[in-house]
Amino acid sequence: MAVHTAAEIAAERARYRQVFYWLGGLTLLEIGAVYLPIVKFGIVIILILLALTKASLVALFYMHLAVERRTLLTIAITPLVLCAFLVFMLAPDHTNMTRMQTRKSAQPEIPAGAHH
Amino acid sequence: MTTAVAHHDAALEPAESPITPESWGKLGMWTFLAADAMTFGGLLAAYGALRAGDPTWPVPSHILGIWLTAGMTFLLICSSVTMVESLAAIRGGDQRKLRLYLLATIAGGATFLCLQSYEWTKLIVHEGQSITRNNFGATFFILTGFHGCHVFGGIVYLSAVLGRAARGTSAAIVVGAVMVVATLVALYVTSLAMSPIVAVIAALAVAGVVYVTAQALAAPVGAYSAHENSEVEIVGLYWHFVDLIWILVFTFVYLV
Repeated sequence: MAVHTAAEIAAERARYRQVFYWLGGLTLLEIGAVYLPIVKFGIVIILILLALTKASLVALFYMHLAVERRTLLTIAITPLVLCAFLVFMLAPDHTNMTRMQTRKSAQPEIPAGAHH
Repeated sequence: MTTAVAHHDAALEPAESPITPESWGKLGMWTFLAADAMTFGGLLAAYGALRAGDPTWPVPSHILGIWLTAGMTFLLICSSVTMVESLAAIRGGDQRKLRLYLLATIAGGATFLCLQSYEWTKLIVHEGQSITRNNFGATFFILTGFHGCHVFGGIVYLSAVLGRAARGTSAAIVVGAVMVVATLVALYVTSLAMSPIVAVIAALAVAGVVYVTAQALAAPVGAYSAHENSEVEIVGLYWHFVDLIWILVFTFVYLV
């Protein structure tokens, strides 16, 4: 087990505090973004970017991925890649379901007795 | 004889591996977290698919309290800070601060669970939501419930590490078990209306937790030191992962 010097520990602590301020600030920004007077799609993109930034900060600095070996980084990134793949695989289903719902709601109602 | 056994153990489980500089435990935890991340990824992808295909999906902010959950998010972030502070403390050889920060992390997790319990009760009893009512309810309760189970597991895991930081393995079991009971009772109290019997049980449980913790904090030397603290780092990895997942759940379920 590597022993850390007092200077290294002090630097680590300072970095932890900095990341904490960033995480708090980004959380406030997220809540503010919900009330932005722009189109919903724009808000969704902003929220996803902010969430990914926060998650990256936690992974890089609190989980120490920034200073870990490449092997651990590869293990950490694998689920991200697979989940992105899963989302793209599900994308045609999203489109189909949305199209079916839209078509169903656009169909004119057949009046009772029209079949006769 | 003892030296021979130590050599044999070292040969079976070397502390240094070719792929990770720290320990096999850390590699094992990262592998577990990768698998767990894929489970959460699958749940979030299913949530997205169901939501995208349902034009009648309710606006989450109309049903869920954003400010309460924003507070819960901030609480988990704070507990992540106390977790890294506990690691920094033991790296500097400070046993007492290690225990204090671990205790603060556990308290943060327990408060988070109680707030989640309050939120669920409000949604089920006052808003009429349930896991079987519609896809919104099903995905919401499964996602947040699965995450809540992780927080609960984290509290038990942290408690066991706190016990080991105080007196060793037997204390780890005792502190872990007491925390399980105390957390369950606290959840029960939060989710149901107060009654005298429940209040007495909760008070006894809390008193037990305070007693055990006070004993733990009074111990002069624990199992960890400036040289040997990989277990603290590994439990920290788990706890930060729980925080990281909540950051994503908060955005996708509550804000988007």
